Amino acid sequence: MGEKKTKTIKTIKIDADKCNGCRACEMICSAFHATPQYSSNNPARSRIRVIREPLKDIYVPVYAGEHAKAECMGRDKYVIDGKEYDECSFCRSSCPSRDAFKEPDSGLPLKCDMCESDPALEKPLCVQWCLVDALTYEEREEEVEEEVRLDDVETGLEALANKYGLDKIMETVARMSVSKKG
Amino acid sequence: MRYAETGYNLEIDLSRGNIERVQTDPSLTELYLGGLGTNAKILWDRVPPEVEPFAPENLLIFSAGLLCGTPATGCNRTIVSTISPQTMLMAFSMMGGFWAPELKYAGYDKVIFRGKSPDLVYLWIHNDKIELRDASHLRGKGAGETAELIRQELREPHAQVAAIGMAGENRVYFASIEQGRSSASRGGIGAVMGDKGLKAIAVRGTKDVNLARPAEFMELCNEVLKYIKVRNDNPIPGVMPILAGLGSPQEMAVHDEKWHTENFMWGNSRLRRKDFWNKEVAQKWAETLDRMRTRLISCYNCPMKCGATISAPGLPTYMMKCFSKLTYTMAAMSDLEFGLKIAQRATEYGVDAFSAPQVMAFGLELHEAGILTDQDMAGLPADNEDRFYWLLDRIVRREGIGDVLANGTYWAAKQIGKGADAFAHNNIKKHEQLPLKLSMLNPIYFLMYSTGEKINITQIEGQFPQAPFVTREEREEFVKDWFQVPDDKFKQYFLDWEPRGEKSMPFYPTVQMCCDIVDWQEKMHYIDDALGMCAGLSSFPLKPPYHIHNYPKFISAGAGIEMDEAKLTQAAKRYRTLVRAINIRRGMRRKDEKPPENHWKKRFPELEKELLDTYYQFKGWNHEGIPTQESLHALGLDDVGEDFVKRGILAAKADESPSGASPKQ
Repeated sequence: MGEKKTKTIKTIKIDADKCNGCRACEMICSAFHATPQYSSNNPARSRIRVIREPLKDIYVPVYAGEHAKAECMGRDKYVIDGKEYDECSFCRSSCPSRDAFKEPDSGLPLKCDMCESDPALEKPLCVQWCLVDALTYEEREEEVEEEVRLDDVETGLEALANKYGLDKIMETVARMSVSKKG
Repeated sequence: MRYAETGYNLEIDLSRGNIERVQTDPSLTELYLGGLGTNAKILWDRVPPEVEPFAPENLLIFSAGLLCGTPATGCNRTIVSTISPQTMLMAFSMMGGFWAPELKYAGYDKVIFRGKSPDLVYLWIHNDKIELRDASHLRGKGAGETAELIRQELREPHAQVAAIGMAGENRVYFASIEQGRSSASRGGIGAVMGDKGLKAIAVRGTKDVNLARPAEFMELCNEVLKYIKVRNDNPIPGVMPILAGLGSPQEMAVHDEKWHTENFMWGNSRLRRKDFWNKEVAQKWAETLDRMRTRLISCYNCPMKCGATISAPGLPTYMMKCFSKLTYTMAAMSDLEFGLKIAQRATEYGVDAFSAPQVMAFGLELHEAGILTDQDMAGLPADNEDRFYWLLDRIVRREGIGDVLANGTYWAAKQIGKGADAFAHNNIKKHEQLPLKLSMLNPIYFLMYSTGEKINITQIEGQFPQAPFVTREEREEFVKDWFQVPDDKFKQYFLDWEPRGEKSMPFYPTVQMCCDIVDWQEKMHYIDDALGMCAGLSSFPLKPPYHIHNYPKFISAGAGIEMDEAKLTQAAKRYRTLVRAINIRRGMRRKDEKPPENHWKKRFPELEKELLDTYYQFKGWNHEGIPTQESLHALGLDDVGEDFVKRGILAAKADESPSGASPKQ
């Protein structure tokens, strides 16, 4: 039986229609994550990239996600509203096939951490610097059922019960305890 | 470690194909800041006045501003400097977009080209890898097309490319350099690039740009962003919509063109159409713009979205900004649809959108007047709009009459003769100006038109309102929060300025006040052009986020060079004077410093003389407009003074004698 708990879900909402392609988000993301903070900036180190092809009217901000050890086998192309988006456009991965989302010097992968800070920021820097509201920050509360943690014995028995049925388990345990006594 | 700047220039010898990476002297940054300032220093030191614009010894310098690539919003301008083939003076032209920050991220402040390449080449800069690459397959291709092709062949989708089109290749005197949505248009710099055999420069950079005092700098940036929001929500009342907000004039966003179409001149800057803007036109043009404008777009790290992608049916998408929206339309006496369509071709060719339309209208005027014969114009179509396409195509190829017109109205008129001079009526220092002819002399503008070295009014005006507000109450409201002024006296100047009566133009603002006002406006542009800041957030609009009070702090915290208002003013004065020195050395004098004869209907020769006399003195220049020994010495420019004496431009100092003995008076 689980308890109800409230969790805060952080989302950056991206309105690609509003993006003006200025890449301030890339600049300030890299500046915020510099060490010492703001002492330098370098969009190549940014955790957000704007896929920007002005002549095709393609402006899509994408955030760095998980690291992919290998590139995808195939490639997808999307046509949305008549615009053809390049094969890897919406992908968030730091991937061997491209420059995005990795340090230009070391090659180490980068991942968006929502500008996690102590004390916490009101919103991530990219959102703060996007004055045209292509990036907005939303927090919402969700109720989740807390999972009850089973101990080792329970976990093992649960697995056996699923496989053989609870009756068989109880039968076997009874037989084992009788033979042990004898 | 260098802060804000990278500390490295690239020296490219196109004759020999030699590439060098040269460390720069930080003391020059302190004296000249960067961008235009250090460009002027290089041109003064290395390009003597005997060097012709199309000589291999002419330099073509692409500079990022000092603060480009830092978090400062709107700081993304490239400053191109060279000697102009049209004016024969120093040309400096700026472009926004993404190129300058990318150059900083690649690790360079400037790229300096000398010599001439025997074959057409482009330069590829990728961090530490610099290559001159064959561009023969790009010959004749449009500027935008070239950029796409280069990105594809290098497999670098993120490379920023500045390129010339056919106009630059053929050394059209008003050829531009195009880069994405941005254009370094004026002064024929595209012709010099073409003359040097350089088709494009592609750059990709993935290095860090450093700040000296990050926390301080970021606080200044946050204040700027906050104020931009305030100004966006509070346009200035009492001025036309185009001048009420920040950024470049929002030509791409705004539909209402009453002010421009009824106050600026049509044709070869010839005709004023006072009742042009009616409901029908307004509706038609709004529909055209909505239909063809795809998206409002920005330059690097700027929220203002002054530019737009334009997709005219049947034509490739291109990018546009500002007054080029109307210059072709108005020169051809046509409509917005025509203007937006022909601009696509003009942008690919790479021509200046102030000069090109006027040159074409000038050609047609001469034909109408019989000065150019039917034979001269053989092949000219019958339809008005077709004629403009035909002329544009001939000019950029230097074919037939195009070869004459490609040199601009001044030189074309000289070559054509037969009274053509009278038709080249909108030039200053041989360079075409905004198509504007007004009624009453404006003393502030008289000084700016006469003495501005950029030879373009939009690059010297801005901080002070263009005309008085009608009521005193409105003026009091305006000065209430006018903190950008260097001194409160400017508020008083504006408060007392009336549309009629004693305190009105041309005698008010007074001669002395005009000197103050022009000096302030010019100074802000010069600072912008050294730092690489877009004038749209600084020197051009009223009440901008960047001004004389916060600029020194940006420089101190960004570059680690201690700066205050006085020192910054002095630095700006220093390189402004150096720009003048370059032009004086090339022969510019007082006689060249005047607006077009017919710029205002009502002229006041005595007042104009007094204005120029007083202003020259105010700036530290003599009666011919030449900086005096005293003022040069005060700015630490003694070497300029010595050079002037050697060339007989200035007399030797009165107390100078070879033996060092003091003079007997």
